[in-house]
Amino acid sequence: MCKVCGCGEGEMRIDGPEGHAHHHHHGQEHAHAHSLDFGAGAAGVHVPGLSQARIVEIEQNILAKNDSYAADNRRRLASRNVLALNLVSSPGAGKTTLLVETIKALAGEAPVAVIEGDQETANDARKIRETGAPAIQINTGKGCHLDAHMVGHAMDHLDLAGSSILFIENVGNLVCPSGFDLGEDAKVVLLSVTEGDDKPLKYPDMFAASSLLLLTKTDLLPYVDLDVACCAENARKINPGIDVIEVSVKSGEGMKAWLDWLRRRRGANLSPGAERERSAGA
Amino acid sequence: MHEMSLCESIVEIAEGEARRQGLSTIKLVRIEVGALSHAEPAALAFCFEAVTRGTMAEGATLEILRPRGKAWCVDCRGEVEIAARFDPCPNCGGAGLYVTGGEELRVKDLEAA
Repeated sequence: MCKVCGCGEGEMRIDGPEGHAHHHHHGQEHAHAHSLDFGAGAAGVHVPGLSQARIVEIEQNILAKNDSYAADNRRRLASRNVLALNLVSSPGAGKTTLLVETIKALAGEAPVAVIEGDQETANDARKIRETGAPAIQINTGKGCHLDAHMVGHAMDHLDLAGSSILFIENVGNLVCPSGFDLGEDAKVVLLSVTEGDDKPLKYPDMFAASSLLLLTKTDLLPYVDLDVACCAENARKINPGIDVIEVSVKSGEGMKAWLDWLRRRRGANLSPGAERERSAGA
Repeated sequence: MHEMSLCESIVEIAEGEARRQGLSTIKLVRIEVGALSHAEPAALAFCFEAVTRGTMAEGATLEILRPRGKAWCVDCRGEVEIAARFDPCPNCGGAGLYVTGGEELRVKDLEAA
């Protein structure tokens, strides 16, 4: 039985930085390593007996359970002044590559930790660890998104430094992750220039849920038909308040704007006490 | 297919409430899925049947209510109805609407015995 949440169903797969993997049944013991696998199904309970049918009022948000885990995560993150960002995109938009370069650029300035979500493999967490930043891999199995419960467990295995930045790289999927609050401060949606400028209209929920659109791989703009202004306009049709930054990890273009956005969000997140401590140390 | 996880939550909520009320068979679950929510009603209906198998809600009907999309138009300074997020204001044709309703994802009530 899990101590954090009492969950007792499903099978969890573990893969730590040591590179070994093993299986265990989550109902029997709790995972204490660096990769979590949630391939769980629903467990049904049948209670026999019959009485008169009646209407029972419920009025409960379908995502109430996820939202309560998200609230717990948010409290834990806030207690350490951690800025948590949920990175979402279709597969291959460049989330991991952007993170690797971002971690390098922030070296010595801000501690960074990463939670990686993929259906399978620990490849991304390994790439992040090569930068020296702590990373934990969640494998969702058949799951199409991370939920707050998984992220809470992943956080148990990360030693989050005070005033650090936690990137949660969601499963590559422009649909499902939009609906699941993980306890993050903001969602950041990546869209690569090869994907087309009408993506915000085709997948509006993700762009509605995000605070920042990072238009990635802009070094490829000469070779594709994407219209940057049109893409930004489409994103703002869905979400008038969304920030838009063009970035290329290859050429370095836009990296400063992205890092400045991060610094602003991190600065706003730090409590007055933590800020004093930081300026005293500088 | 996050509708599968949503259906698992619906069944969990419904079973929990039915059990609290001392009931054992769920006949009908009524949910609200707003027109601008991130869930697809047809996919929910499909998943519901699969997810309820072997539960108190096996064979239950899933009734889906669809609250309409609503938004605040900055130009008209009023609330308008919209069918999709990128719809322009039906009154002035302006863009930049702020969604104010139609994102519901709620279990309303259930019928159980």
